[in-house]
Amino acid sequence: MNIFLTYTVLGFVIGASYAIAASGLVLTYATTRIFNVAHGATAMFMAFVYWELAYNQGLSDWLSVLLVVFVIAPLFGALLERWVIRRVADAGVGVTLVVTCAVLVGLIGAAEKIWPPGVHSVTMFFAGHGVRIGKVHVSGNDLLTIGLAVAAGAVLFAFLTFTRTGVAMRAAVDDKELLALHGGRPHLMAALAWAMGSALAALAGILLVSARPSDLNYISLTLLVVNSYAAAMAGRLTSLPRTFIGALVLGLLNAYASGYLWTGTAWTGFREAIPAIFLLLMLLLMPQAPLRVGRLSGVAGVRTPEPRRIAIASAALVLAVVIGNAVLSTVNVNRMALGLCFAILALSLVPLTGFSGYVSLAQFSFFGVGALTVAKTHSSAPTALLLGALLAAVAGILVALPSLRLQGLYLALSTIAFAQIMDSMVFQNPSLGGFGGSLRTKRLDLFGYRFTSDKAYALLAAAVFCVIGILVIGLRKGRYGRILIALRDSPAACATLGLNPRLARVAVFAGSAAIAGLGGGLYAGLQNQVGSTNFQFFNSLPLLLIVVCAGVTSVSGALLGGMLLMALNSYPSTQAYLFLILAIAAVGLGKQPNGIMGWLFDLRDHPVAGRLGFGSAGLARSIAASAAGAGTGSGTRSVGKSPVAVGDNAEAEA
Amino acid sequence: MTRLEVRDVTVRFGGVTAVNEATIAADAGHVTALIGPNGAGKTTLFNVITGLQKPTAGRVFLDGHDITHTPTHRRARHGIARTFQRLEAFGSLTVEENIRVAADAIRSKNAKPAQVTRELIRRIGLERYAGVRADAVPTGVARLVELARALAIDPALLLLDEPSSGLSQAETAAFGELLRDLAAQGRAVLIVEHDMPLIMRVSDRIHVLDRGVLIASGTPGEVQADPAVRKAYLGEDEPPSDPNPTMAMPAVVEMDEETFVATYAGTHAAPPTRVAEPAAETETETESEPEPESEAESEAVPESEEPPPSPDGAGPRSGGWF
Ligand SMILES: Nc1ncnc2c1ncn2[C@@H]1O[C@H](COP(=O)(O)OP(=O)(O)OP(=O)(O)O)[C@@H](O)[C@H]1O
Ligand SMILES: [Mg+2]
Repeated sequence: MNIFLTYTVLGFVIGASYAIAASGLVLTYATTRIFNVAHGATAMFMAFVYWELAYNQGLSDWLSVLLVVFVIAPLFGALLERWVIRRVADAGVGVTLVVTCAVLVGLIGAAEKIWPPGVHSVTMFFAGHGVRIGKVHVSGNDLLTIGLAVAAGAVLFAFLTFTRTGVAMRAAVDDKELLALHGGRPHLMAALAWAMGSALAALAGILLVSARPSDLNYISLTLLVVNSYAAAMAGRLTSLPRTFIGALVLGLLNAYASGYLWTGTAWTGFREAIPAIFLLLMLLLMPQAPLRVGRLSGVAGVRTPEPRRIAIASAALVLAVVIGNAVLSTVNVNRMALGLCFAILALSLVPLTGFSGYVSLAQFSFFGVGALTVAKTHSSAPTALLLGALLAAVAGILVALPSLRLQGLYLALSTIAFAQIMDSMVFQNPSLGGFGGSLRTKRLDLFGYRFTSDKAYALLAAAVFCVIGILVIGLRKGRYGRILIALRDSPAACATLGLNPRLARVAVFAGSAAIAGLGGGLYAGLQNQVGSTNFQFFNSLPLLLIVVCAGVTSVSGALLGGMLLMALNSYPSTQAYLFLILAIAAVGLGKQPNGIMGWLFDLRDHPVAGRLGFGSAGLARSIAASAAGAGTGSGTRSVGKSPVAVGDNAEAEA
Repeated sequence: MTRLEVRDVTVRFGGVTAVNEATIAADAGHVTALIGPNGAGKTTLFNVITGLQKPTAGRVFLDGHDITHTPTHRRARHGIARTFQRLEAFGSLTVEENIRVAADAIRSKNAKPAQVTRELIRRIGLERYAGVRADAVPTGVARLVELARALAIDPALLLLDEPSSGLSQAETAAFGELLRDLAAQGRAVLIVEHDMPLIMRVSDRIHVLDRGVLIASGTPGEVQADPAVRKAYLGEDEPPSDPNPTMAMPAVVEMDEETFVATYAGTHAAPPTRVAEPAAETETETESEPEPESEAESEAVPESEEPPPSPDGAGPRSGGWF
């Protein structure tokens, strides 16, 4: 009985902090229809600011809390809305997810810069005080958490229901023009919602670190708040009361799981997966949204290159790798190969996100399936790579099947849930290396040739990238690629033409996962060893961000994205610049959905810059012109004026 | 032969009853029209027929088979195709690719989707736009793209939701001929239109919906003489002076065309017929029009400036693949 009571109290405490975080998420979503992936990162960052003020600058605890929650965090939220969110507010789910992803990655980067890794411990509020309920001791900190959750919920509910501003805030999402017509100010409402949302995130962050002082850590805190996604989904991202109930249920589930599920290793994984499973369940319980009808809008698209240009671009890439092998140091050759493996992973997003418009945050899980297959089979045969791709495809089908009814944001959230479940239940399984452990891998042996040198391996990766890149372009040009794009533009019209949208979705998830799995297998061979931490769900966030910013609609964008991801991992000193570039590209996505490659392609089509050979393919084109003897001219293609450029894989290395 | 039968279908959205126990039919080889004021429930009924909207009550039959619970894509394979009032062309694909997607969808039935696509582009007169992205063509052309796309799956039942809005008068005339051709091939054509002269000219049978309720069904002559229809459209109780229900159909059209058009323009947001424009003028503009690329640049080309899609100005041509 005592044990039960203890865990019930624990459940309430955990649930209370989830509730605070989740209500902030719901507030921003319900007001602006933008799901803030960076909500957890905001909580983390603000917890660090609190630590800075209270423990580094010597302000009193309470003053620091007040400053962070009522001044710094709201200011941050409002400015974020003003400068970033507003610019992409009308872009699609994919863009807004990527932009908030950028904020997340940026906040973590900033936190690591400002507060370099070290001990940042925080003591509990009311340390040493507490009350007894029966025989159970409830600490003052726990009581404070529960009390604040109740207070925050009550204040928010009253604010949204009874005040003019609150009602206007809820109206802002339904009809901005109508609200403006009635003298409301939708922009102000949005800024206010983001200010309040980020204040709530800050409060949740501070409470979480004070409850478990070991948690003042960049990533774990960011991810802890991922749990609040699950609670927010219980309220379908709009209902506060249901969100609170969801948070409570999730908190209790967590607490009872840690109390009653025996501590066998398999169950540890299961326990950690509870929030993700809860999130998945909530998503699957969503009522089916009817197919939206009534929109003629293409997405800035891809113009596919002709075979000759593909051949030239492929040759250019291989040539660039040969030159790289000749001039780069050993460690940099290895990094180049790593970048190419990441480029293959990035390529897996092109059909899935670039063509079909599905946002997936599970790509690193598929990558991991391929890598672990190569590691576990202890084989150097190409069949191990293929088996890895096959198993990854199976994983892709597993992601696609339960989420067939889900669209946009909800589909993206279901991939997050899947990736988290894979993290805790598969990758951290002791037989696969376990947490922090690793497995040794062998390098590929092809027809008796073993790719032991990094130079040979870089060429191998480049060749594989070219082959898959050509397949992806072929896909886009063929029947199946047209179907994918048609499905994205209008699922309803596709259905009325006899196309089964579900089949196509399962197939594209399987294919994308297979590409990622193949990349993972190559990566495993290159690294000589792999471990669970390589494939954490968390890695998929910068991957999506970087690839979408680089240009997720083109093969050359994938190459650029892979190289950027490698640079982010391998050259920490360049991080600040990379983040700056990514931040600009991310905000620019509202205008140029084809990312950096899109800007470059536009530059090429620019009358002056194009002639001077600027733009990624300018070089390739002049080579093409001279190689063919006859100039291809600037008007090789006569596709109508699409707002977009081109998705070809002409690139001068990357 | 009755191809489509919608029996006692009711659709409610919350408290709104969009369709109330409506029963309509469409026969093979005939053009059937579905008319009614804005918000009458016509589009909702199309959604029910294609399976995009579940009816609250009632059933839908295709060739006598109950398809009420058949998913949309299977209905398409059984021969139902449609266009959309609010455009649903695939904006990121070119006009040609739009049609090709549909031609490919039934690849098992016809072996040459590329040829089917070419034929349709020629027949509907979309040559000039074949390589242009569908989100860059004018509205009227986008409607034709949807029509071509629907035809590419070789439907037995074709549903057209206000296909002629955005077409010039000359184009509308050619469009009417196309409808008759399609019916002559044995297809059932069900059309929603606000262009009354067109409807009266091409339809064999007309169903009139008003606020979700079927208020009349019959030949054009019968429907025009129907007091309930007049009330719904004109807001008056008795028919205007000297209606002659026995009059031959073309005469009826002549007589009542203006009444209907005028009424329509009075009660509906968008007038169905364009301001009359000499065909010759349109022709000249066709000639002086530069490349399709430049056309796509100007985002919203007024429909009236739109050249007839077919180069010879004759609009859609019959024959060919069909
Ligand atoms: N998805 C929906 N949710 C709620 N109400 C709807 C929905 N779709 C249609 N309605 C309502 O149902 C009624 C019928 O609409 P419908 O679009 O079928 O009319 P319509 O006859 O096609 O009109 P129009 O001539 O304007 O195209 C309208 O009152 C409309 O507001
Ligand atoms: Mg309608």
